[in-house]
Amino acid sequence: MIDLHLVYDLAGLVFAVVAVGCALQRGAPRRASAAAFWGLIAVSFLFGDRLGDLGNGWLVLGLALFGGVFGLGPAPAAETVEGEAAARLSRLKGWLFAPLLVIPVVTLAGSLALPALRLHGQPLASPKDAAILAMAAGVVLALILAMVLTRAPPLAPARAATRLMQSVGQAAILPQLLAALGAVFVLAKVGTAVETLISRAIPLETPLTAVIAFCLGMAVFTMAVGNAFAAFPILVSGIGAPILVGRFGGDPAAMGAIGMLSGFCGTLMTPMAAHNIVPTALLELPPWAVIRVQLPTALILLAINIALCDLLVFHHIPI
Amino acid sequence: MTGDGARWVIWGAGVAMMSLIGIPVILVGLVLRFNPLLVVTAAALLTGLAAGVPPLVLIAALGKAFNDARFVSVVFLVLPVIGLMERAGLQARARAVVERFARLTPGRVLLAYMAARQLSAAMGLLSLGGQANMVRPLVAPMTEGAAEARFGPLSEAERVRIRAHAGASDNIGAFFGEDIFVALGSVLLIVAVLAANGLKVAPTRIAFLAIPTALAAFLVHGARLLALDRALAGEAARRARRQGPADQATAP
Repeated sequence: MIDLHLVYDLAGLVFAVVAVGCALQRGAPRRASAAAFWGLIAVSFLFGDRLGDLGNGWLVLGLALFGGVFGLGPAPAAETVEGEAAARLSRLKGWLFAPLLVIPVVTLAGSLALPALRLHGQPLASPKDAAILAMAAGVVLALILAMVLTRAPPLAPARAATRLMQSVGQAAILPQLLAALGAVFVLAKVGTAVETLISRAIPLETPLTAVIAFCLGMAVFTMAVGNAFAAFPILVSGIGAPILVGRFGGDPAAMGAIGMLSGFCGTLMTPMAAHNIVPTALLELPPWAVIRVQLPTALILLAINIALCDLLVFHHIPI
Repeated sequence: MTGDGARWVIWGAGVAMMSLIGIPVILVGLVLRFNPLLVVTAAALLTGLAAGVPPLVLIAALGKAFNDARFVSVVFLVLPVIGLMERAGLQARARAVVERFARLTPGRVLLAYMAARQLSAAMGLLSLGGQANMVRPLVAPMTEGAAEARFGPLSEAERVRIRAHAGASDNIGAFFGEDIFVALGSVLLIVAVLAANGLKVAPTRIAFLAIPTALAAFLVHGARLLALDRALAGEAARRARRQGPADQATAP
């Protein structure tokens, strides 16, 4: 059965290509460190399951060493196409968009079709990985189409990947590292500590103060850990379930829905969230640019969520 | 005896609170602009050590969690295609397309994208949009192109603001759309967590109760996108005024 590991192998291949691309950049500063950094990520994607937990742990520390201490150096300059090749590209007009549109179309079709496909009576692909497998298939098809359309030299995708990965830089691995930090928080029982802190520090005497503590707590704790999904279980077992539902008889469905949405407001405001790290790196923006733009919307929506929470939790909507 | 017991309880609580050390480490580290990889790694190690996890167990736990979270970085699989298309002039083409439509403003381009993102996410099609496969190659250059066609050359600050808005529209559309779809991660997580706390709810009710916030998000952020157009127009008018008298001075 095909599963997520095929996608990991593909991604490992891309990171390996980037590592080689960095190693071959003659005269670039810190090219050995950059090659080691991307090489370690390639190893993680290709062989991560065979390294053992401790091996993976040392790999993470190695990434911090090469990415954080030695640094990765600059991205290579963008390639330009000139002369006859450029004239041919300009004749492509709207067809230039075709490879990018292949990705969503194949993703959509594949995630619908893959779960139904069978080989010798066995499902062809693991159903829960259908969407991500379809996305990977879309990327491969898009790459083939792009090569055919633009008649690029065979090594052009490798050079393009090296340039883009280096311009994203060490931020590329930050979201995954933050996810790992979340797991350490669970191991260290950070959630229990937060629950204790909240229950001692905030008097939850009236329904409204409990609602405010719950929604603000979701936003603030999401900002601290970078992920609403990690904050949600803590705030539900700390305030949502015992106080809002247990003591004040609120509607659990509304508490859950609005609580999570309050957490999303926190995600919009934190430099810890992958959702803010990735666009900042990909769009080559200064560190706080995306958050600065999202901040007013997040604060207004948080206030609206608190009002909605008070309204919907205590007036059971019969649906 | 009871005094001793109380002291132990307080000490125990103190040890439990020690595990919170990672949060200030991250806040201070990020505010002081230390290298984020080092800050996060340090926060993970300090949190574990403060909670009394043995060092090798801690490193192994970090490694296992990192390995289990590889799906987070799969988004970069798309970079070779994007890079290849950028080499072929995709971003310039995206700009050229919007420049042909005089009615398109940066705010309207982003409003349309946010609406499409929110609606498709609400139908469970979260992977149709995204920062790597849509915003960088298409949405950001289209927005910049629309701004340049309408307001002339942009300052670096305006360019940053416009690109940041492109990233933000993707986030806001996705976040406040996905909660409406019943079979997607967040609704299923809510149901599971509530069940773990002894509360049984139907996924459809959770999805339904997310609709008011989704509408509010669209209205609030949509209004801010249209305000972005007005702000850019104001900047452009000020620029024109500043340059205007100078031009007249040099005229005969």
